Amino acid sequence: MIPLSLETVSYAGAIGLVVIGGLGLVICNHLFRMLLALAMAESGANLLLVLTGFRDGAIAPIIGYGPAGAPLVDPLPQVLVLTAIVIGVGVQALAVAVLVRVYRSYGTLDMRELRRRMEGEIAAAAGIAAPGSAQAPLGQRPLPPVPDYESVRRSAPVRERGA
Amino acid sequence: MRNIASLVFSAGLLFLLLVIGAELALGHPDMRVGAEYLRVAGPELGAANIVTAILVGYRGFDTLGELSILFAAATAASLVLGHRRADARRDPPGGLVLTAGADLLFPLLLVVGIFIVVHGHLTPGGGFQGGVILAAAFFVALLANPARTLNHALLGWIEGLAGAAFILIGLWALVEDGHFLTPLLPLGTMGELVSAGTLPLLSVAIGLKVGAELAGLLAHLADTEAPDR
Repeated sequence: MIPLSLETVSYAGAIGLVVIGGLGLVICNHLFRMLLALAMAESGANLLLVLTGFRDGAIAPIIGYGPAGAPLVDPLPQVLVLTAIVIGVGVQALAVAVLVRVYRSYGTLDMRELRRRMEGEIAAAAGIAAPGSAQAPLGQRPLPPVPDYESVRRSAPVRERGA
Repeated sequence: MRNIASLVFSAGLLFLLLVIGAELALGHPDMRVGAEYLRVAGPELGAANIVTAILVGYRGFDTLGELSILFAAATAASLVLGHRRADARRDPPGGLVLTAGADLLFPLLLVVGIFIVVHGHLTPGGGFQGGVILAAAFFVALLANPARTLNHALLGWIEGLAGAAFILIGLWALVEDGHFLTPLLPLGTMGELVSAGTLPLLSVAIGLKVGAELAGLLAHLADTEAPDR
């Protein structure tokens, strides 16, 4: 059994953030919520990395900050996380810019609605019917409904052999 | 169906991470590189803040790459956002409380940002953290009154000169010592403002570059046209 201490709780919280972020990324249909979930997963990962440098009873890695001779925490994860945070900010800013552009073009950030409009646009540009699902009601399938035998025979009578 | 699959996936991820986390040495990590940095960084670089010492002194080349990633992201964002039409609708100003609060906050944020940038080698902080606060100082004023604009040409000059200063200091070290971005200049007394050789100079260059970059990026985001509908 893992003892319930501050470190364990922090670890569990960081892992929880990563998992919640990942879950949000796959479950959400709204692009802005997906971006928020991405930011959450990123913070969780950063927190996890910083926590790996933690030592019992250690202080921040600044010389002359605490009592002399006190152990210092591992500074390397903190440096790496600093880099990761800055890059994360850049990625998020770029993502927000793309979202602004998408909203301006389509007026929505909902993924299903976006996909429908984009497909309609592509089909209109190509001059074909908009694609639909094979499970859609009869008239809305991508292929025309299969005609029954009688109507085909009436419109184009099959020439009898030898006639 | 998709939601169930996502839940199962997340449960698996959670289990995996928890199992890995349970195997980790909580509270007493196996420090090898970190211990060496802690032992060597103080006497070698003369900076009290070891995180800044590693970021700028030992991993300065990484930091240069990081700055270029931020630059690439800002450039791409402004490329995606495009120009604003002159007759596009603007949001109204935010009212007396918001504008007065922003005006009051501006000098405080500026002072805190400059302090954090300049004391990067002594106290928690450094170029990146202080630069973000500097950018926030300008962005808060912009949020309170969207009709205000930042001088993008000036921001571009500050950013370019700061980036060039970072690289020039690195090249100077290359000429002097034979290694790119090696810390130069006498170390001085640890804990004083003027100490740790070129580390504070690099820190200031990073702070100016990040501050100008983020301020320009945020201003660009705030300045985009509102959709017509």
